[in-house]
Amino acid sequence: MKTIVIGVIGADVHAVGNKIIEYTLKKSGYNVVNIGVLSTQEDFINAAIETNADMIMVSSLYGHGEIDCRGMRDKCVESGIENILLYVGGNIVVGKQDFDEVKKRFLEMGFNRIYPPGTSIDDALKDIKTDLGE
Amino acid sequence: MANYLLIDFGSTFTKLCAVDSEKCDILGTASDFTTVETDITEGYQKALKKLFDRIGQKIEFEQIIACSSAAGGLKMAAIGLVKELTVEAAKRVCLGAGAKVDLVFSHHLNNSEIKQIIDMKIDIILLAGGSDGGNSEAVIFNADLLGKAGIKIPVVFAGNKSAQDQISEIFNKYNMNGHICENVMPSINVLNINSARDKIREIFLKQIIEAKGIKKIESEINRVILPTPSAVLEAAKLLSEGYLEESGLGEIVVVDIGGATTDLYSICTSTKRSDVIVQGLEEPFAKRTVEGDLGMRYSAPGIVKSLSEREINFINKEKGVDIVEEVNRRYKNVKLLPENQHDEFIDQFLAEMCAYRSMHRHCGRITEVLTPMGKVFNQTGKDLSEVSYVIGSGGVIINSKHQYEILRQTTNILNNPSELRPNDPEFLIDHDYIMFAMGLLAKIQPMVALKIMKNHITQVRGNQDETSK
Repeated sequence: MKTIVIGVIGADVHAVGNKIIEYTLKKSGYNVVNIGVLSTQEDFINAAIETNADMIMVSSLYGHGEIDCRGMRDKCVESGIENILLYVGGNIVVGKQDFDEVKKRFLEMGFNRIYPPGTSIDDALKDIKTDLGE
Repeated sequence: MANYLLIDFGSTFTKLCAVDSEKCDILGTASDFTTVETDITEGYQKALKKLFDRIGQKIEFEQIIACSSAAGGLKMAAIGLVKELTVEAAKRVCLGAGAKVDLVFSHHLNNSEIKQIIDMKIDIILLAGGSDGGNSEAVIFNADLLGKAGIKIPVVFAGNKSAQDQISEIFNKYNMNGHICENVMPSINVLNINSARDKIREIFLKQIIEAKGIKKIESEINRVILPTPSAVLEAAKLLSEGYLEESGLGEIVVVDIGGATTDLYSICTSTKRSDVIVQGLEEPFAKRTVEGDLGMRYSAPGIVKSLSEREINFINKEKGVDIVEEVNRRYKNVKLLPENQHDEFIDQFLAEMCAYRSMHRHCGRITEVLTPMGKVFNQTGKDLSEVSYVIGSGGVIINSKHQYEILRQTTNILNNPSELRPNDPEFLIDHDYIMFAMGLLAKIQPMVALKIMKNHITQVRGNQDETSK
């Protein structure tokens, strides 16, 4: 069973979407490790190391996602989980920015998949299956 | 119902406490120096004679049971994977089992760490790492390294259950003294203390006390059943929770300031508030922390070590003493008992520092986080603010003329809103130093132990001015 660490990053307390993601992924047969809201980059990485996770899925709903996610891939490299898949989604930046630009910035930051506002977790499931080789 | 004799073979003193279980009362207490280097029975016999002299006659005991922290106590190494997770969980299990955690390691071990384990004469190694189904590579690597190094002391494996079979193989392959139990952190931030703690206690009984020369006494007493801090933790739990129809005191904190360490025990839930978000590894309801650098004698220099030069100068000027000289004097002569007002004054001051510092490290923290959803509170560690009683134990507190001042240091005297210290507790004192004994008695006569504690652990001594502050 593949393991996915999920949580909401930064000073963000949006818990509803987080629960929906947990529910959907569990139903789809994944071992979901939910570290909940107000989580730091280190919380995600620590949980991923202990659980030997295949993927970290970061949620951010309050617009500060770009600041909160900066340097996360570097920390994964430092922590010895350089190959882990990093997903991010939600309202990850402030205002109405061109999403292609946003996506480009997050790709440069080392994230593998970046989802725009309003994406359903069901849409991401296809990517998850592809990336985890199922 | 009959008489029981409870013993603590401490690092310095062998303490005896005789109990009449019918009257639910203490018959007498006595102590003498622990003689573990020569023959542990010598000190015990001397203390026993004192006890009989005090009671006025020789009496028979139905059972004689003991706890021990002699010969350095139970020295453990806690090994985990990530510092904040399995390393912390492993550390808490060791502390809950009544051990001193002398070494703490994370991730892959290396040879110099193995050497430290050997040099420090560690008694038991707790090897954790990985949640169930999670990382198993690190624990297997570490077990293998311990095996290759020829480690023969007991190793308790309490990591990823998926690695159990491979770990067993390694234990067999190198002919190690290995033990397998449940994972200390089965899933992220979930703490599972009991299985590993019980295994550690069991090994302590079967193997460690023998190695420490305590086994000799077993012909004269029934058994040694616990490391001393473990007995105190049991007593604190009983006193807090009560037993059957006999109610307990509710949530409590116990501060035990000794010569080598300051132990702090909190028996309470981690939070009662619904408006905080609790983060990090789950907190045990009965939590013990021990500060090896805070103590009245062996560890007195540690108290000063954490101060800056400026602070030391300030203290010297303010109190008119040479604090560095004073702590060194205590370190060099650990049997020093205060003979004059000056010594008492210094001991009082050091005890206050120990109480303040140990609580600083034990209690949880709360921070305000401003989010677009408004202000939220983020808590790590245990919230002790609603604790009803703070109980003082240990020679320096029991003998102090200003007990209130020492215990007051555990509350938020500096008004630091981020530290979740007890808000407005009542202060009690273990005047007769019976908590270890009641922890032992709790194993066979919990009701008697509870009633005795409720009668004997009473109000602080101090003048009205102090207590009404």
